[in-house]
Amino acid sequence: MTSQAVGIVAAAARTRRLPRPGRGTLVVLGLAAVLAYLAAYPLAMLILGTFGVDGEISKGFTLDNFANAYGSGRTFTLFENSLIYAGGVGLLALTLGTGLAWIVERTNTPYRRAFFALSIVPIIIPGIVSTIAWIFLLSGRIGLISKAISTVFGLSEAPFTIYSMPGMIWAEGLHLSPLVFLLMTAAFQSMDPSLEESALMSGASTLHTLRRVTLPVLAPALASSALIMAIRGLESFEVPRLIGTPADIPVFTGEIYRALHGTSADYGEAGALSMTLMVVTLIGIVAYQRLISRSERFATITGKAYRPRQIDIGRWRYVTFAGLLLYVILLVGLPFLALVFVSLLPYYAPDLSLLEKASMANYTKTIGWYGVQRGVMNSVLLGAIAATLVTMLTAVVAWIITKTKLRGRGLLDALAFIPITIPGMVLGVALILQYLSPAFRIIPIYGTLWILVICYLIRYMPYGMRANSSAMVQLHRELEEAGSAAGGSWLTTFRRVTMPLLRPALVASWLYIFIVSVRELGASVLLTNQDTIVLAVTIFEQYEVGQLGMVASLSVMLIVSLVVVVAVIQRVSSRFGVRQEA
Amino acid sequence: MLVVDQLHKTFTTDRGGVRAVRGVSFTVEEGRFYTLLGPSGCGKTTTLRSIAGLERPESGTISIGDKVVSGNGSFVPPHQRDIGMVFQSYAIWPHMSVFQNAAFPLESAKPRPSKAEIKRAVEEALTLVGLEGLESRPAPQLSGGQQQRLALARALVRRPRLLLLDEPLSNLDAKLRERMRIELRELQRKLRITTVYVTHDQAEALFLSHSIAVMHDGAIVQEGGPREIYREPASGFAADFVGSGTFLAGEVTSGGITALGGMVRCTLPTDLKPGEKALLVLRPENVVVRGAPEHRPNEFTGKLEIAAFLGDHLDCIVSIGDVLVRARAHPSISLRRGQDVFVEFPVEHCVAMRDDGWRPRALQRTFEEDEA
Repeated sequence: MTSQAVGIVAAAARTRRLPRPGRGTLVVLGLAAVLAYLAAYPLAMLILGTFGVDGEISKGFTLDNFANAYGSGRTFTLFENSLIYAGGVGLLALTLGTGLAWIVERTNTPYRRAFFALSIVPIIIPGIVSTIAWIFLLSGRIGLISKAISTVFGLSEAPFTIYSMPGMIWAEGLHLSPLVFLLMTAAFQSMDPSLEESALMSGASTLHTLRRVTLPVLAPALASSALIMAIRGLESFEVPRLIGTPADIPVFTGEIYRALHGTSADYGEAGALSMTLMVVTLIGIVAYQRLISRSERFATITGKAYRPRQIDIGRWRYVTFAGLLLYVILLVGLPFLALVFVSLLPYYAPDLSLLEKASMANYTKTIGWYGVQRGVMNSVLLGAIAATLVTMLTAVVAWIITKTKLRGRGLLDALAFIPITIPGMVLGVALILQYLSPAFRIIPIYGTLWILVICYLIRYMPYGMRANSSAMVQLHRELEEAGSAAGGSWLTTFRRVTMPLLRPALVASWLYIFIVSVRELGASVLLTNQDTIVLAVTIFEQYEVGQLGMVASLSVMLIVSLVVVVAVIQRVSSRFGVRQEA
Repeated sequence: MLVVDQLHKTFTTDRGGVRAVRGVSFTVEEGRFYTLLGPSGCGKTTTLRSIAGLERPESGTISIGDKVVSGNGSFVPPHQRDIGMVFQSYAIWPHMSVFQNAAFPLESAKPRPSKAEIKRAVEEALTLVGLEGLESRPAPQLSGGQQQRLALARALVRRPRLLLLDEPLSNLDAKLRERMRIELRELQRKLRITTVYVTHDQAEALFLSHSIAVMHDGAIVQEGGPREIYREPASGFAADFVGSGTFLAGEVTSGGITALGGMVRCTLPTDLKPGEKALLVLRPENVVVRGAPEHRPNEFTGKLEIAAFLGDHLDCIVSIGDVLVRARAHPSISLRRGQDVFVEFPVEHCVAMRDDGWRPRALQRTFEEDEA
């Protein structure tokens, strides 16, 4: 009887306790497998392919790919250029963005609050569009600004051109500077203003305070911002390809594209180049993470919210205001006007008198062309699918990481984070190597829209994770516990309590992923073909074949539509208090 | 030394609230410790920051010594005012060592003192606050109390004419706060540096100050020495904010006010005429509670509602009719809850004032809610 009782108790304990962690572990294992397949597998294929004949390890081990990629005399130039380019971009973006953040956060410049809107500019003007716009403005012979300057000074040619290293740095650094502005604004806001006030009270002038206190305290934030911008500059495809290649200034991404789109596609060489780019990025990201954690430790000495404080800079505030205006003109005004100008002309030349022939012909032609229609359709479809899949997958993963104590959740976190270290173009190469390899003949998605779905899913997983986990951390666990206490199963609680509470965050992250998917170029340009072409690739290809009128009109329409989508995001975000990051 | 005259400043906070300083005037004599005391939002910090030059007043003048630093169309920027300041967050620069933090004001001075002079002055300042020997320690490794001392050393290192302290003790824990309070008092008395102190803590203000200005809604409602402020509050607000007590409101009659179903004898200000509203505030330590009547003036019968033993005294709440009276009795007295007691308000402690309508709410509401 006693043993029977013990048996019943033990059985009860088993049914009560055992299945739960069991099921949880299975879910974690399943998700880990999915994430590993998505994030880690392509990387493995990339590494293996790099050492394989023709990019396939099954054909035999070889080091030829590295020899092809780095054996020529160009190797040194390639590294040198990439370093100068990345460093220049980081420095320019840092200088512009930090100056701006200081003016907006710390001075009494008139209308400074209005300039916060600048932070959304990189979202509404995709890199490909701003790069092309700056070519229209600064190209040595056909640039509008170049032409104006050479006319005014009576020169045969402008003294500068976008087709140079400074030109590349300018186009990319300016484009990225609003992101630095965003990061540094946050850094200024989390810095105790009395650190600066006590310097003033110690007898230091405004400049002396800036130099001795403000900048040193912000040093980790400054360094990390510069670093992340340098990495993004290095990862980007637009400037290296559209400016670097014609100017014969090879940078990594441009070279990878060349290896795949030269006389014959060399997957092995592309892989070898990608490997280096990824290692550099990885080192950069690790350094960035360390700097960030250091800057947080630095900044949160008292860990409270500070009331904003402005320095009265007297008449200088008109100078800083003029600076802000000039920046807006350079960042948005001139590029947009140039695009509108080009879009209205029957053919392009840097000549304002052509405006007499202005018409909407390019717009009609662009809208009517099947290539554009297909690109738009594919982009919207892919964006919607990718955004939905990313949001769903990361919602579950983020929930497990933030709300459960299941074993292995750290692994999920790490796996979902991996793609942040993979530049778009490298991911493209890795996916090609993966899905073209013999073992994957049974999954014939290469050349279909599905490979793009997979690509965007991988690329934007970290974004979804960040949005979802920060929203879930804020969600008090008792709200969910009340759901289970009221008798709801896990699924019911998740569906009826967790999801509705998270809806605003989910909507915002969905829209954001939708936008970044639509503008993705680095990977898409490698993975699309005539049937699966997407909008960003259409712009790129039409530019390459010289359809400038069509490119310009398409760009103008894209910017206008993105403004609308971003306006919707801002409404959703502000209504529900969700922060959105660029 | 410091003269603030008709200072006005209005601004809206981030949350849309309006904060203002409305015509604040006061004078601090050389070597005195002057405290601005008031609840948050009363304008005390804005006044201090205006003296520092961190806020620009709309009108009014501020002079330090013979020099007008703000007003009459002139505005001396903060770094050119000869002031040392300690902030609520201490504002110790995290990227510098203890020595570098304290040396900064000297390094910013023009002309810049020699290295040897800086070293000597810094060591002297650090010794003054008890931080000697920690010169090379990185600032983030200091404890809260040490950061506070360093902030003080930094404010004093160049021997400014005026020391401004913005709630410097509020971030410390209770024990440390008490110790720093003593040290701060001794330091100021020793150096005789003219000091303006901002706090919402009445005990701090009473302990540290030569003079106190009680502020309310952007104006000074009373100014005086600690004893005067505590014992002769000029308004209901001042009485309520500085210390606790029982508020008796009534009409002026000859020799007292009507309250507690009879007359309470008290001293009346000369400008109050019979029939006008007056307010009498009774500090708990001035109220005597007995188990048996002694038939003295101002003796009333009540019921003991609460008698809580607090070690050094017995905290009593007695109901007389519908009024709750708070008293502080000697801990040895033996009284039971619920019993009838006799309460005396000794006439020498009863000074009435004009009723400004201010009432402390907490105590009354507690009992009403209990009964509801």
